[in-house]
Amino acid sequence: MRSGVVVFPGANCDHDVYHVLKHVAGHETVFLWHGDEDLKGCDLVVLPGGFSYGDYLRGGALAANSPVMRAVVRHAEAGGLVLGICNGFQILLEAGLLPGAMRRNRGQRFECRDVHLRVERNDLPFTRGYRAGQVISLPIAHGEGNFEAPAELLDEIEAAGQVVLRYCDAAGETTDEANPNGSARNIAGVANRAGNVLGMMPHPERASEALVCGVDGLALFAGLGEPRRRRAVG
Amino acid sequence: MRARVTVYPRREILDPQGKAIQGALAGLGFDRVEEVRAGKSFEIRLGVGDAETAGEMLGRMCEKLLANTVVEDYEVEILGAEPAPEAGR
Repeated sequence: MRSGVVVFPGANCDHDVYHVLKHVAGHETVFLWHGDEDLKGCDLVVLPGGFSYGDYLRGGALAANSPVMRAVVRHAEAGGLVLGICNGFQILLEAGLLPGAMRRNRGQRFECRDVHLRVERNDLPFTRGYRAGQVISLPIAHGEGNFEAPAELLDEIEAAGQVVLRYCDAAGETTDEANPNGSARNIAGVANRAGNVLGMMPHPERASEALVCGVDGLALFAGLGEPRRRRAVG
Repeated sequence: MRARVTVYPRREILDPQGKAIQGALAGLGFDRVEEVRAGKSFEIRLGVGDAETAGEMLGRMCEKLLANTVVEDYEVEILGAEPAPEAGR
């Protein structure tokens, strides 16, 4: 599998994702430039975290209109894999590839800590390395991760099984105390209907090596390789 | 043509920033403030002559970029024709 990490001005997790994809998960990986419409034949496009375009206007709003995103939209519509992490999730929402919107965190604070997450389904390319219902721990680091959508849209997303990750406690209960930012229904990660586009606020690339802070994120990247092979890690 | 676009969080959505500002105002003694909503304002100069065309363009700008209509509302005000440049400048 060939993967590409988009470099936006102000992105700051691009090298972390590149490192994990290439050196830890072992995928062929290249950088893609925000000003190009060329995806260099990648099967997977990753929109990394950071502060693209300085978060001007709204997080992800300007990046969503950059040249590379025209190609990413075409790639997604053709069934290609797209993963947006943190600011990358915001970009996917602003580009209309995923439903909903982000608001400032409920507590008005930038939240930077490990959280527990429940993997709601493991039949997506991104989650096949996990068990459905598995509780994992990943770091978050964001000021605008408060996922919002009108109630009818939330019902629609739930009914279609598009909620992939929820904030929960260590026992897997999706309590309000376990919700770090006020997201509707504890939603931390959402996929499109077809399941080839995933947006998530937590940072799996920051928890993919024992050297740093846990390895629960690695199964996401490792599982992307061979569609038939299961590689549960950690 | 000059115009002003204001974008606010939707009424039914909690505005944490507005709430924090309201709290700070209360701390300064302005305890009769009943609500604050924090938004954004854009002053836009357009090279079009008639207000109707300008209004239509600005509406599309809001829908496509200036506002995120999932969580924000917008208002467009046409401020009138661009004043003629001063002589000698």
